[in-house]
Amino acid sequence: MSLVLEGVSKKVGAAVHIDDVNLTLERGSLNVLLGATLAGKTSLMRLMAGLDAPTSGRVLVEGQDVTGWPVQRRSVAMVYQQFINYPSLDVYENIASPLRVARVPAQEIETRVRDAAKLLKLEPYLDRKPLNLSGGQQQRTAIARALVKRADLVLLDEPLANLDYKLREELREELPRIFAASGAIFVYATTEPTEALLLGGNTATLFQGRVTQFGPTPQVYRHPFDLTTARVFSDPPLNTLQVRKAGNSGTLSTGGQIRATGPLAAVPDGEYTVGFRAHHLTLEPTSGEEIAIPAVVSVAEITGSESYIHLDASDHRLVALVPGVRRLEPKSAVTAYIDPRHLFLFDAAGRLAAADPAQQAA
Amino acid sequence: MARITLDHLAHAYKPDPRTADDYALKEINHVWSQGGAYALLGPSGCGKTTLLNIISGLVRPTRGRVLFDDLDVTDLATESRNIAQVFQFPVVYDTMTVRENLAFPLKNRHVPREKTAQRVEEIARLLDLTRVLGRKASNLTADMKQKISLGRGLVRPDVAAILFDEPLTVIDPHLKWQLRSTLKEIHRALDITMIYVTHDQTEALTFADKVVVMHDGAVVQTGTPDELFERPAHTFVGHFIGSPGMNILPCRIEGATAFIGNEAIPLQRSYRTLSAGEKVELGIRPEFARLQPKGSGLPVHVRRIDDIGRARIARVEMAGRPLAASVPDGISIEGSEAALALDPRHVHIYANGHLVAGEALGGNKA
Repeated sequence: MSLVLEGVSKKVGAAVHIDDVNLTLERGSLNVLLGATLAGKTSLMRLMAGLDAPTSGRVLVEGQDVTGWPVQRRSVAMVYQQFINYPSLDVYENIASPLRVARVPAQEIETRVRDAAKLLKLEPYLDRKPLNLSGGQQQRTAIARALVKRADLVLLDEPLANLDYKLREELREELPRIFAASGAIFVYATTEPTEALLLGGNTATLFQGRVTQFGPTPQVYRHPFDLTTARVFSDPPLNTLQVRKAGNSGTLSTGGQIRATGPLAAVPDGEYTVGFRAHHLTLEPTSGEEIAIPAVVSVAEITGSESYIHLDASDHRLVALVPGVRRLEPKSAVTAYIDPRHLFLFDAAGRLAAADPAQQAA
Repeated sequence: MARITLDHLAHAYKPDPRTADDYALKEINHVWSQGGAYALLGPSGCGKTTLLNIISGLVRPTRGRVLFDDLDVTDLATESRNIAQVFQFPVVYDTMTVRENLAFPLKNRHVPREKTAQRVEEIARLLDLTRVLGRKASNLTADMKQKISLGRGLVRPDVAAILFDEPLTVIDPHLKWQLRSTLKEIHRALDITMIYVTHDQTEALTFADKVVVMHDGAVVQTGTPDELFERPAHTFVGHFIGSPGMNILPCRIEGATAFIGNEAIPLQRSYRTLSAGEKVELGIRPEFARLQPKGSGLPVHVRRIDDIGRARIARVEMAGRPLAASVPDGISIEGSEAALALDPRHVHIYANGHLVAGEALGGNKA
């Protein structure tokens, strides 16, 4: 099956929650909705599920217009951030519950519950009550219940957000395999760029109710069409500077002239926003082609394996993610370097003007 | 402002504890220096919140004492301890303006109005709340409300300590970056002891000068972020810190060689003290296990390569065991057979979960 949103908008009073969204999701695909809180992820899922009806636009399932159909008429399962299970039922019955409602024969319930429990590593806990389980096991139970229905559309709204970091890591690693074993359309909402990258599949970046870009996850990450998408899909936050290009040189907003090489060579004269990711900003020159940016250390955060160096460069705050432990004193002066190959150039409207496609691979 | 001493502290929620398992918090002895930034890091149920509640006075410990400088506060109520707390979810008065919310802890303590106003302005500026000072708190987003909570925790300059219980849980990733560095700047500016409880290693490691890692009610290691990363004292620390965590592989040791299955791994130290019944494991972080073309190191089977944007992580199998490894830039692997090179300086040996120091080759004990 396929799910198509055609010019879907949702207004509540004067507020626009979803703004003219066009998306086509195919059977067996994993689709990440990536965006900050209030970007519209949950609103969009509710429209997909039929929990809400759009103000305008159409929702098509397998070519059929289902706009306005209630959720009961659709084949949908949902998993929420909060672990929602029936506290009085054991794990087995929790997973079996949608099948009991649908009056599936007992033998088939048994098979399907056992399969789902196996996939989600819940076999040892089938006779336990949810409250006697860890958060990770409770959420696995909720996911198993969503899968056992064999719904055409499975919506997961920040399903790992309430889990401990390590449990999140573990479950996140298993999810692509679990999704692949099912033929449903999966839609997965998250606020975290790294989570989107780890899940793979396709990503739709959301900002203020709009889908700013949709495509294979690594492609959206490496080839954002606009500044908004690059921002939504960067963690640490995208570093930005202004540059004024004139002829074969450019003037940076941090002061200093640079040669117009790399993407800057490819654009007409004018004002641009330069964007680059934290791991491309270094504290030593590497290729000799770099742009040098004088800066002052604000804070050095050390994770043990890497250091996040927060820098002030005139009135810009930049973050460099560098390997190893770098104990830099606050207020010390440093020079940061960025290889022009790693720059995204955005025009005044925020659209990508140039980037070096061959070099965005790293 | 105070030094905090935990003296033979232990806590059991059930009455009449007998065995170690009855304790939610096993005995801990610790001194936190005045002005330090500390994190308590561990998974749910490790005892970190119990410990925080004992320090704040919400829980009275079964055994032991808590001292603020030389004052025994074990029996003092929370409000008599002169501490500030910030919780996971925002605690704000919806009917008050942001300014009134921030001023509330000072007003309660009869701080002069002018001083209060000055302090509120300062904290608002640090947290980027200046432009909403006049607004009612009720209409603000969860992010903003949590910033107000942080502000209320930070507004009193005279507290013995500020305790944070997972304060950034409800905050979006982008704002987290900003708030983390703001907290660090504030810590430096205020010279107040701060204790930060979290299950998130990035928050703990980036905030704290010293991180206390807890597991099963006990402290398993206290150290700087790089100590925890480079020399985990326990396999739990190796696993919990790092993303992905340390690879822990059952092994056999002969002199200065470890064997995983039939693969021999030369070691930089020898481990003669290991005794027969101990569970012996080798630990190597993915960062120090590098994927190479086959034929050039330990043979592995590549299951998958994850692209996390700024790096690639290989999921491989060695002698049937899953392992994570780093993929250096510019390396391309043909097919599913490859090799691993382990950096010998970062190979650690564990016995029953604990790091074994071993002896330097050549006989010098280190």
